[in-house]
Amino acid sequence: MNAEKQKILRRIREALGVHTVHTVHKVHPQGDIASWLPKVGPAFEAWAELFAKNSVQLKTSFHLVESEAAAARLLAETARAEGWQRLAAHGNGPARAIVTTLGLPSLWTDGGYDARELERCDAGITECDALVAQTGSVLVTSKSAGGRALSVLPPHHVVLARREQLVADLPAAFALLERKYRDAYPSFIGFITGPSRTGDIERILVLGAHGPKKLTIVCW
Amino acid sequence: MATEFSQKFKADAKRVAGDLRHRELIQGALRKYEVVRDSCKEAFQDWQGAREGAAERKSDAIDHLDTYLEEFASKLEARGTKVHWAGTGPDARQIFLDILKEKGARSIIKSKAMTAEEIHLNEALEKAGYSVVESDLGEYIVQLRHETPYHIVFPAMHLTRGEISSLFAEKLGSAPTDNPEDLTMIARAVLREKYVTADVGITGANFAVAETGMVSITENEGNARLTAALPRTMITLLGIEKIVPKLGDLALFLPMLATAGAGQALTGYNSMYGGPRQPGECDGPEEFHVILLDNGRTALLADAEQRDTLRCIRCGACLNVCPIYRNVGGHAYGTTYSGPIGSVITPHLRGLQDWKHLSQASSLCGACSEACPVKIDLHHHLLQNRRNAMASKPVRWEKLAFRAFGWLAVRPRLLEALMPFGRFGQKWFHWIVKGGRLDPVRVWTETRELPAFAPSSFTQLWRAKKRAEAAR
Repeated sequence: MNAEKQKILRRIREALGVHTVHTVHKVHPQGDIASWLPKVGPAFEAWAELFAKNSVQLKTSFHLVESEAAAARLLAETARAEGWQRLAAHGNGPARAIVTTLGLPSLWTDGGYDARELERCDAGITECDALVAQTGSVLVTSKSAGGRALSVLPPHHVVLARREQLVADLPAAFALLERKYRDAYPSFIGFITGPSRTGDIERILVLGAHGPKKLTIVCW
Repeated sequence: MATEFSQKFKADAKRVAGDLRHRELIQGALRKYEVVRDSCKEAFQDWQGAREGAAERKSDAIDHLDTYLEEFASKLEARGTKVHWAGTGPDARQIFLDILKEKGARSIIKSKAMTAEEIHLNEALEKAGYSVVESDLGEYIVQLRHETPYHIVFPAMHLTRGEISSLFAEKLGSAPTDNPEDLTMIARAVLREKYVTADVGITGANFAVAETGMVSITENEGNARLTAALPRTMITLLGIEKIVPKLGDLALFLPMLATAGAGQALTGYNSMYGGPRQPGECDGPEEFHVILLDNGRTALLADAEQRDTLRCIRCGACLNVCPIYRNVGGHAYGTTYSGPIGSVITPHLRGLQDWKHLSQASSLCGACSEACPVKIDLHHHLLQNRRNAMASKPVRWEKLAFRAFGWLAVRPRLLEALMPFGRFGQKWFHWIVKGGRLDPVRVWTETRELPAFAPSSFTQLWRAKKRAEAAR
């Protein structure tokens, strides 16, 4: 294994020794990443408006509510409307508090779980690291969202977020990741942008290809 | 002499280009793509700036590939990942077989990976007695049909819902339907079961972050996320050129890949994996293997003129805009990577003389270079391949023909004297053999009209003009 590594690295070094004749490609662009990407407004109101607009396009159901209690009421309504029987959630924060008030049988992923059990749950309820206004994305990690599968295996993924978690754009989201986890990154980091989708049959959009058919984001 | 590959390409290209159903399907799909891609590009404050920024970051990665790869590997290893290095396709396949044997694997779930197509992984695993299921819907469909992907991003773009419905009815015993949603749900139900029971998950990767030692996987369906979450062992295969220097670079590459590749502002799931399950985490594989594949990439790196092709992020944008691809389709190429990028790199990966014909299959319009989000100079590389192919193995009759033309062209009087014969011959005799076996220009006239000789040459026009001026 090591010999093969050395062989490949030697080939690379030899190849790089051949000076590249391409000068046309030596570009030095002006500005930083944020200045090239789609424009985002200056503060929370603009971000929330953009996030809501992107959510409509992505078929994400986004709710900006007054308080954690209002978020719990909203989920209770959803549970009734969709006839939830079993839930899955994680942690000791708002997800546990809200799911407990719903009073449904719940699977907690924290200490490990059975994949078949999780597959049978009607919804996975997770917290997150950030919401990204620019793209309507949710930033999750194995640490913040109860592992790798909770946010993708159940047919409905519900994200709980606080207002201060809404950030402007992708560079801000990556900066946040670095600030928060620089010393020990979780083994999974994911940007979730809308419910699972496919266009593989005649380029026609279908939701719920393998992951959740529905994505609900509740922010207070 | 034309090789078997070039003859097959010509035959397939001719057949597909005349297939009206295929034309309607592909052009329809790509027109839709163009509309959404344009609206996403317009949303960028500075798409050209973004392209330059992306090209610069990837150039930096490629120009210091050894350093970045070592950083990438050591960061991954520090958190318990096993990193393997494979010089060739057979090397990589052997590494897979060794891991599967050691783990006593029985069922394998796989998400989309063009590198796996490149090394013919599925055939090798099936031959060794393993069952591998493709989980990406498009890949699953082409796997059921025992086909290769039609397009590097849209593998089943060449099929109608009717064809997919009868395929599912035949292979899965489902009831026929022409509703894409029902068809998707049929596949979902079948594949769900596979995730829960598979003991090994295989994925590809779109980017490899050197700074933090992470692979980044982009997808819309969630199948790669499930593949990376549930099986006990995860194996990721990626080319050594996938490197980006910093984690923050993904803030640029992820939206550009989505925009150029599928006309999305951001793809549904962009996931970064930096190791197996870490202490304190509740799920994820116990073992994570990363296989770094060379398979000819260092040869591309050594070609100073075409090194920039290693920037490629496999978005497929150059395929989508290519007039050749849109007419002959993805399968005619007979390669893993089709379209302009495939025509450029395949001769390097599989042999110039066998694959030089692909560089001729281009109108040199430059639409590919313009579409490329990392500014690869694709259409000039096609020209360079033509030049290199000719230099390494000149075609005698072509050389002779050009020498004869050169000899004639510098003898204007003789040329002018011969011109009437050409005009006369084209008008009165060519039709006898036109398009047939005896026609010297049959390659052209089989499907097209030869331009008619001009009634008078430039020299004659010039002389007439001068005479007229003098007479005034």
